[in-house]
Amino acid sequence: MAASALVGASGFGNWARLAAQQKLTQDQLLQFDTYGNISLIHVTDIHAQLKPIYFREPSINLGVGANKGHVPHITGADFRKAYGIADGSPSAYALTYNDFASLAEGYGRVGGLDRVSTIINAIRADRPDALLLDGGDTWHGSYTCHHTEGQDMVNVMNALKPDAMTFHWEFTLGSDRVNEIVEGLPFAALGQNIFDAEWDEPAELFKPYKFFDRGGAKVAVIGQAFPYMPIANPGWMFPEYSFGIRDEHMQDMVDEVRAAGADVVVVLSHNGFDVDKKMAGVVSGIDVILSGHTHDALPEPVLVGKTHIIASGSNGKFVSRVDLDVRDSQLRGLRHKLIPVFADVIAPDPVISKLIDEQRAPYEAELAEVIGQTDELLYRRGNFNGTWDDLICDALLSEREADIALSPGVRWGPSLLPGDDITREDIWNVTSMSYGAAYRNEMTGEFLKVVMEDVADNIFNPDPYYQQGGDMVRVGGMGYHIDITKPQGERISNMTLLKTGEAIDPAKTYTVAGWASVNEGTEGPQIWDVVESHIRKMGTVTLSPNNSVQVSGA
Amino acid sequence: MEFSRRDTLGLGLGAVALTMLPMPVVAAADDRIAEFTGGADMADSGLTLTAPEIAENGNTVPIEVSAPGATAILVLATGNPEPGVATFNFGPLAAVQAASTRIRLAGTQDVVAVAKMADGSFAKASATVKVTIGGCGG
Repeated sequence: MAASALVGASGFGNWARLAAQQKLTQDQLLQFDTYGNISLIHVTDIHAQLKPIYFREPSINLGVGANKGHVPHITGADFRKAYGIADGSPSAYALTYNDFASLAEGYGRVGGLDRVSTIINAIRADRPDALLLDGGDTWHGSYTCHHTEGQDMVNVMNALKPDAMTFHWEFTLGSDRVNEIVEGLPFAALGQNIFDAEWDEPAELFKPYKFFDRGGAKVAVIGQAFPYMPIANPGWMFPEYSFGIRDEHMQDMVDEVRAAGADVVVVLSHNGFDVDKKMAGVVSGIDVILSGHTHDALPEPVLVGKTHIIASGSNGKFVSRVDLDVRDSQLRGLRHKLIPVFADVIAPDPVISKLIDEQRAPYEAELAEVIGQTDELLYRRGNFNGTWDDLICDALLSEREADIALSPGVRWGPSLLPGDDITREDIWNVTSMSYGAAYRNEMTGEFLKVVMEDVADNIFNPDPYYQQGGDMVRVGGMGYHIDITKPQGERISNMTLLKTGEAIDPAKTYTVAGWASVNEGTEGPQIWDVVESHIRKMGTVTLSPNNSVQVSGA
Repeated sequence: MEFSRRDTLGLGLGAVALTMLPMPVVAAADDRIAEFTGGADMADSGLTLTAPEIAENGNTVPIEVSAPGATAILVLATGNPEPGVATFNFGPLAAVQAASTRIRLAGTQDVVAVAKMADGSFAKASATVKVTIGGCGG
């Protein structure tokens, strides 16, 4: 009787939403039997998403070498099976891609730093001295973040009172701005692998580690910034700094903090998951790695030797709580929960909501302007393509009159549902950066092959230390075959110009448009303007299915 | 609007650097090692070679070698047209048998170090340093 009244009263869409949310309460999401004597709260790769968003996890996330078939390189039904997640459940929506649009209708948006604040406050109510650790990629990724050079994120994150942070995209603000912000941070800016480029010595501004006295124990938090910043991002923007994995130095730091009395060693890392896994096997004495960069969200820690690796997702979608039992300088036990931030279930913290609104207020009109609509689910994640990048490549081909378009394999950027308006904010969420010029260039077929092989090796090199943590460059106007098991130089074949169906000729020259060049002096209109112009012309976005990448060896 | 080849993508340090290394170059490195060791066997411990996995700038790659008890350490960039980089000699009064320098790498290749120990034995270490045109991280 009640059920039919519910259906009758609200129609299918609302019914799905109500039914879904009835199963879910804030208390359930936050439920945690406080354990041991120390609590860690991990957030990472927020990419400036102050407000709730949709974020579809990847359908293709291939592992190579020893990591083939191991988490995080399983997706969809395999992922649900591995963790005993029911189809259609809240965890299925949060952690896998299937039926994303319909589950999103039911469960609503995720994230929002005011919701994250509520979770942090609840954990601090259990454990007032819980450590809040930010894995970086915080001051990048939105319209307001770009226009305030990260200040909006700094203001809001400072209000959440983190204890330490490490870094990646922050450096693309340029070293002057990064230095300016870091000098004023009311918490520790850590990176044992952030070095002075000229002297090849640890950079003064960024400390390798910090001690915290918690629960009667001495906690050492060691920072590990993204190792390949000057390679994956424009090094000319922060020429004073050098990075690298530097696992020997990491071992020195672990030994140093142990010698100084650390009872437990936590690494706040922006290595990426597979790099952290390898590092955990090379460096001894790390108890917990809070892993960021590759945007993986895992509901359980992965154990390598005695090191627990925690992956906490991206874009504000998850908060990890990790409780530790540390006695007699030993980690005796660990309890962990990956908390999905269901924005319609977790009440926003009004103090932070107000602060977020204040950051956005000067830009509200520009943010909210509707540029078009989408008939498609627009998402980015996936090793080879996503619909957002299909749209961006279409925009480059059309607006820049190119044969071939290249879009970088970044992993940030929220999703939009079919039927959604596309606002200017939405476009900036998937394009904003400090080097967004859309170049237009001539390239030979031979050079294109070199580019494809180089990027493919950055993701499919079987040794994780040679991986940079991004996805494959997205390609418009050209199809190709990739065998991910082959060495560099042999992975890419059958490169085909789609508009003619002809094979790419190594000697012939093609017009290529792309964005996010790491070279200084790159010229062209900003990518968000290119995409906005394209969407305005389309009105409603529709895309043809992208079958232009054929994969083997997976 | 004009765009030069080097304005493309992340393609700074030249596509030419990425081709596979010709075999004669590697052979030249083997010759240098044979010359240094006189063809003796080389142990794979006792010498530490520290190099970045991926070079931030192939024109100046910081490396460090350390071999307690060594009298000399030879460093080779096996893929450079001229593979010899440096030979560090340590006198009996040297407090530490370690050295650091910066080397230029023509492309992805193995950097090899060979240490000559005081007892006349040899040790070898190598590290692959990748020179990339850059991609994009998550």
